[in-house]
Amino acid sequence: MNFNSAAELATPGVPQVVIPPMSWRRRFTDKAMTAVAALTVILVLLPLFAIFAYLVYKGIGSINLAFLTQTPKPVGEPGGGMANAIVGSMVILAIASVIGVPLGIGAGIFLSEYGRNRYGDIVRFVSDVLNGVPSIVIGIVAYGLVVMRQKHFSALAGGVALAIMMIPTIARTTEQMLLLVPQAIREAAYGLGVSRWRTTLSITLRTAISGVITGVMLAFARVAGETAPLLFTAFGNQFWNWKSDQPTAALSLQIFTYAISPFDEWHRQAWAGALVLIVLIVGAVSAVRIAVKHGTLSGA
Amino acid sequence: MGVGITVEHLNAFYGKTQALFDVNIVVQANHATALIGPSGCGKSTFIRCLNRMHETIPEARVDGAVRIGELSVYNGTSATQLRRRVGMVFQKPNPFPTMSIYDNVAAGLKLNGFSNRKQLDEIVHRSLQSSALWDEVKDHLHKKSGASLSGGQQQRLCIARALAVQPEVLLMDEPCSALDPISTGKIEELIFQLKEQYTIVIVTHNMQQAARVAEFTGFFLLGKMIEFDKTEKIFTNPSDKRTEDYVTGRFG
Repeated sequence: MNFNSAAELATPGVPQVVIPPMSWRRRFTDKAMTAVAALTVILVLLPLFAIFAYLVYKGIGSINLAFLTQTPKPVGEPGGGMANAIVGSMVILAIASVIGVPLGIGAGIFLSEYGRNRYGDIVRFVSDVLNGVPSIVIGIVAYGLVVMRQKHFSALAGGVALAIMMIPTIARTTEQMLLLVPQAIREAAYGLGVSRWRTTLSITLRTAISGVITGVMLAFARVAGETAPLLFTAFGNQFWNWKSDQPTAALSLQIFTYAISPFDEWHRQAWAGALVLIVLIVGAVSAVRIAVKHGTLSGA
Repeated sequence: MGVGITVEHLNAFYGKTQALFDVNIVVQANHATALIGPSGCGKSTFIRCLNRMHETIPEARVDGAVRIGELSVYNGTSATQLRRRVGMVFQKPNPFPTMSIYDNVAAGLKLNGFSNRKQLDEIVHRSLQSSALWDEVKDHLHKKSGASLSGGQQQRLCIARALAVQPEVLLMDEPCSALDPISTGKIEELIFQLKEQYTIVIVTHNMQQAARVAEFTGFFLLGKMIEFDKTEKIFTNPSDKRTEDYVTGRFG
């Protein structure tokens, strides 16, 4: 059937609602709001691109094979690099992730699946407070917990400090993501005779996994650049160190040391170090994203 | 093979609100039994008491006796053991969204520690055939997610998933309420075949559906079982005035 006008569609006796054509004012408001939304996106992305562009501009000149493969040279000697700091950062972050990710996800599971009560509220509150504790204070805590006992600075202590910082972020995002999984999905598993802990791990967590991983990556990226909690935990090191109970170099520490030094050569290397750090973080986050995407099904 | 269900003096509560009042019923093995009644009358609560899903809701509790075959539901049987013998199909299709079609069907067995690949293949095949979905999905069992199917297909997938653990009783909580007439027809046909092997209890809002698939029908009103009898009797010559009013459409 073809209807040529609204009048033909109308039922006799029923008053017709006529929608007027869009006025110029509505059209203007529509365009203006779209423009404002686009502008805010640009404003948000601008600092990121500005920082990245400036880092490339200042740092790319000092990045060469020696920078990536050699340890720092003494003051005055040209050349040398941050290889030990790059590896040290990776070691510290690996330790932090090994401790922080399971604890954070575990706490998130507790909050979402078992913590709908007073005890859960307390854990939630404490976790939010922990999130707001200055990072240097967390460094002091790790100093007291690990360094004082071991009697020297270590990668382990740095890892513990960063792990403590990762936990609240991971716990709260994991909780939020698990809460988004419909109750019907859990019921489906219970209905098959699957126990509660099995359902939580194999069904609920698996359904929410991409959101949980986003939380983990956020926490990871946040602590990867932390300097303050490493000052008196990992401490830094000008040489290679392969032991987790010895002072260890980290990129952020090295950047800090070089940036406040009076030497031009070190300043240039600090810029290069910052560039390497940001590339490493972006690389790690993208790699995990791609891996997760690869593992999911079509239509999921 | 299916087993019968005996329910004696069943009361169910949500916190302080009582949802079921002294329900007594005997469900015949290898038959379909329909439960009808207006919304909020306790039909769903009732079937959720049969596989102890009721108690997964905070502050919900039950008293009374339920026996599935020889198994006493509220006396020393673990809920997980029980639910492997009493399968359930829910109102809204709820396949596991991150799992493939195959994994959805195999989920109940895999998650309970069953891992014989060859037998799994066989059970998945058989379950999907029993739920009349095999021909539609056989080419992408592993490639497609359960959530990518249409609503009607998803519900048949959920039926296959429930059948894969080889239950004796199948509980269906308004399994067709989210489906179009064609999918509904397919599922009703399925119920007809399934009741040769399973005892089926189906909650439905659709009285024609109850009349089509079930030999026995129970009528619930305000948490009480008003009348339970052969379907034919309920729809043609009910003993209670309230049942008559409901099935003739005078209220509800």
